[in-house]
Amino acid sequence: MNKPVDTPKKKFHTSPLKLNLRTKTILIIVLTASMLVAIVINSLFIDVSTITTNFSSINLPPSFEHLFGTDWMGRDMFTRTLKGLGLSIMIGALASIISTVVAVILGLSSGMNKYLDSFVSWLVDLFSSIPHLLLIILISISLGGGVIGVIVGVGVSHWTTLTRVIRAEIKQINTSEYVHLSKNFGKSKWWIAKKHILPLILTQVVLGVILVFPHAIMHEASVTFLGFGLSPHEPAIGIILSESMKYLATGVWWLAFFPGVSLLIIVLLFDLVGDNLQKILDPTNAHE
Amino acid sequence: MFNYRKVAIFLGHKIVRLIILLVAVAIISFVLVDMSPVDPVRAYIGEMAVSGEHIAKLQEYWGVGQPMWEKALHWVWSMLHGDFGTSLIYRIPVIDVISERFTASLVLMFTSWVISGVLGFTLGTLAGMYRGSWIDKFVKGYCYVLLSAPTFWIALLLLMVFSVYLGWFPTGLGVPAGVLAENATFWDWLTRLILPATALSILCVAQIAMFTRDKLNNIMSSDFILFAKARSEKGWGLIKRHGIRNILIPAITLQFLSFSEIFGGAVLVEQVFSYPGIGQAAVAAGLRSDVPLLLGIVLFSTIFVFCGNTIADIIYKFVDPRIRESESNE
Repeated sequence: MNKPVDTPKKKFHTSPLKLNLRTKTILIIVLTASMLVAIVINSLFIDVSTITTNFSSINLPPSFEHLFGTDWMGRDMFTRTLKGLGLSIMIGALASIISTVVAVILGLSSGMNKYLDSFVSWLVDLFSSIPHLLLIILISISLGGGVIGVIVGVGVSHWTTLTRVIRAEIKQINTSEYVHLSKNFGKSKWWIAKKHILPLILTQVVLGVILVFPHAIMHEASVTFLGFGLSPHEPAIGIILSESMKYLATGVWWLAFFPGVSLLIIVLLFDLVGDNLQKILDPTNAHE
Repeated sequence: MFNYRKVAIFLGHKIVRLIILLVAVAIISFVLVDMSPVDPVRAYIGEMAVSGEHIAKLQEYWGVGQPMWEKALHWVWSMLHGDFGTSLIYRIPVIDVISERFTASLVLMFTSWVISGVLGFTLGTLAGMYRGSWIDKFVKGYCYVLLSAPTFWIALLLLMVFSVYLGWFPTGLGVPAGVLAENATFWDWLTRLILPATALSILCVAQIAMFTRDKLNNIMSSDFILFAKARSEKGWGLIKRHGIRNILIPAITLQFLSFSEIFGGAVLVEQVFSYPGIGQAAVAAGLRSDVPLLLGIVLFSTIFVFCGNTIADIIYKFVDPRIRESESNE
């Protein structure tokens, strides 16, 4: 084994552009993640008051001065879109954290005993049989609208998939030999959950947060588009798009086009991060 | 062969489950709506001028001040008698609104369900068949983009291109303005269905195409395909005999499981095209706090989704020959 094997190492590392898959994946993750963070930070520094109405420049098509054009009140659409994206990402982040926490709690408790397990699986069935959008609408009404309503609504309706994954994982772990051994040694269920199960499902949890994210953002945009939740003054993407609907007939296409494309790109970026993270974190795919 | 006794038992179980589910959904949605700070009396009155006496009467009718369980009991009791209450917006019984709207929506959803199913399956099969070719890349790119695109935005784009720019289709409404719904011709109605159905199909295609492609890829790398290839089977014959047979049932099952998503998509698409369906009614009910209508819609959409899931279960359990065989051998 110690014999130096003259592998054609150079073949893989001669050119700086020919990175190996792992490095490439990490690079993609870092790049996209930093882009997303940059958008959020940027949008935090945009003062809403700088998006002033300027009636001398209404409905301008996209130009270098106004990258995304201006709307019927002369507001710069690029700034508004950026602000809206930041808002969407933050709402999405909170919502996916909520749904992950719910999923972990329910998933772990399903491993505790048979009754809890069937209760959890019934709960998953229950929540996945109400159409998501209606559930979010119901929750946002019950909380009286507002950002909180949207966050809770999206969070509460997205935990089902992750709970299923975690539940299946825990079932598998529970049948393994080391868990049986621990049980025979008289360890409590809680101890087993903490020491054996939690570390193993941590990957799924981290991935879960990121994979839920695109859905959360999209549902957030849909709900605000329908008019629930955020007030019309808030430049959320959904609101920008629903406003633009009124002006479609006049041929002001950029109002709807660019904000939508930017939302699409954000969602794609998140998907990219999620997929690549999965490649790295999931040991079953490690050989690819 | 179908084992009819088994199917009957299975369906019996499912009906019991549905009832339990409906009760749970009713409780949850009732509690949620009851928690809402919105005042039903205020919502009912709207802009009307009413006397204080009238308000008191209305408050009694809506059970203001009563404990929640009493209201819930009252609601469930009248619902068991087929009375879902009166819609606040449309001022007609909720059940009438729902039956009318749901029919319109079902037409829309069914059309796009069929189109997306056939198209998605075809695209997925093609992509899986010519793996790595430009077709595969195109389908993959299409699916990735479409899965990340907000539904309502795609609908907006379609509206912008075909209705505003090209002027091929009207910009909305189920029937032309000024024409009663009964007098609208089939053609009127069809032209208003095309765009919403297209928008909804475009979105639903992505999921099924992606699924079919991955599944076919899996199957194509299995041993029996290798063996079939060794017997010099190739091309379409190989796919037809060994590929499609294996992926058709999972794909159909998935398509039935997507009822919830298609409903969500329909809500958004209907809103954009002002198509007079159940989704639009749900949004209006939510925005203007029409509680009876909203609760009714939630219940009926739950039944709708449940039906899809049950059909998927039946296909999985009783139609799939592999599982059917293994069950009967037990």
